[in-house]
Amino acid sequence: MIVDHKHNIIEITDLSFSYDKAPILKNVNLNIHVGDYLVITGENGSGKSTLLKLILGLLPIQKGQIKLFGTPLAEFKDWSRIAYVPQKVTNFDHNFPVTVEEVVLMGRYGRIGLFKNPTESDRIKAAEALNQVQMGQFAKQQISALSGGQQQRVFIARALASDPEIVFLDEPTTGIDKKSRREFYDFLQKMNQDLNLTVVLVSHEVNQIAANVMHVACLDQTIVYHQQPEKDHGGH
Amino acid sequence: MPEIFTYGFMSRALIAGSIVAIIAPLIGIFLVLRRYSLIADTFSHISLASIAAALFFGWNPVLTTLILGAGASLGIEKLNRVRKIYSEAVLAIFLSGALAIASIFIGFGKGGNITNWLFGSILTVSMSDIWTMLIIGVIVVAVVKLFYKELLFISFDENSAQVSGLPVKFINRLLILLIALVISLAIPIVGILLISALITLPVITALQFRVSFIKTIVIAEIVSVFSVLSGIITSFYLDSSTGGTIVLIMIAIFLVSLPIKNLTKKRI
Repeated sequence: MIVDHKHNIIEITDLSFSYDKAPILKNVNLNIHVGDYLVITGENGSGKSTLLKLILGLLPIQKGQIKLFGTPLAEFKDWSRIAYVPQKVTNFDHNFPVTVEEVVLMGRYGRIGLFKNPTESDRIKAAEALNQVQMGQFAKQQISALSGGQQQRVFIARALASDPEIVFLDEPTTGIDKKSRREFYDFLQKMNQDLNLTVVLVSHEVNQIAANVMHVACLDQTIVYHQQPEKDHGGH
Repeated sequence: MPEIFTYGFMSRALIAGSIVAIIAPLIGIFLVLRRYSLIADTFSHISLASIAAALFFGWNPVLTTLILGAGASLGIEKLNRVRKIYSEAVLAIFLSGALAIASIFIGFGKGGNITNWLFGSILTVSMSDIWTMLIIGVIVVAVVKLFYKELLFISFDENSAQVSGLPVKFINRLLILLIALVISLAIPIVGILLISALITLPVITALQFRVSFIKTIVIAEIVSVFSVLSGIITSFYLDSSTGGTIVLIMIAIFLVSLPIKNLTKKRI
């Protein structure tokens, strides 16, 4: 696949952030291109989760600028172009009474808009997304009854259901066994190539991902390294 | 016609009970799943202060509770957003502050039948109370229906909901306002001390069934309406406290539902 380097989806310029007075990010500059498959990595406390939260508008920008699809974040309204898969363990109540299909349909809510109910075509979209992650047969199951790897696929399906152009994943394989991780990264690579979906991963386990991704950005308060891994990967 | 229906106050009690029984789980499910149970307790104490003040000044207790509850809900939400204060601490301030105000008004000695407000007085519900409940009840049902998908997504995964562009701040404010409304409505039925039980018990029972979100609401509704109506009728024949009877029936149903969780677990 050809990555159009001229076309940036995300442009981050001189971004700094601190909690109270402790600096977390210092002068971060990073562009994410259409069709990119980027992993943002770094030690614990390197600021990678903070960077993600800033990009997604979950934290207020203190200094610097973030542009999404060419629009400054504060003015950005078109959130359905962006999907987010949160860190599963911290964001998911295992007693929450919800089925797999109810979770995936949530991915459509942003596009449906206020005061409207999901239509048949929203349900079809959700079912398609679920089939894409090969979880169609679990539609009626409680999400809490699935294994960690299966739950992660459901959250991916929810992200895909919104027809996003870019998907952000925060430590997506926490608590998932090694074999499922391998499959999961292969699956993301396939999504990236087949659907031309831009994928941004935040992860500390860069070694295992390196074979799949196009770019690695290593963070330690600032971007200390941003390069394509030496090992070439298929199709690129 | 059974004896019970020949009394006007019993018919009114059953109508009022049904309205509250239908509304309580609709709010209760979001309250339980978002771990907002302390908010319900806080509002019930704010309601106690409102009622004590209303009795002292000679205002309408239901309307006073509604207005002060709504005001306090916005205050709590605002203080919660100031992240320097823990949300539990914010609630504790409101809870104890409200109790302090209530105790002062009650101390002035005009709180006459304050026990009615503490433990409920469904048998003294008037026709105009029923109209107020009906109007507020319809509003609550309509708002939950209108914002059902936003309430569901935000309760399940607030960050992702925000990234999808849902108006998280607005919905959170709306939910707290609805909690205040429902509590002020439910006070005549079970009283201030048992309100959080009325709102949360049917939902906790329904959660044992491990079904979809919408089915959980339906089960909670059935448990709620059954408990409230059978509680009112039982208390009529046993001459027991209505609020207490309703809550004990709810607890009994909850205990019966407990083995269900183990059954569903085994199946999976």
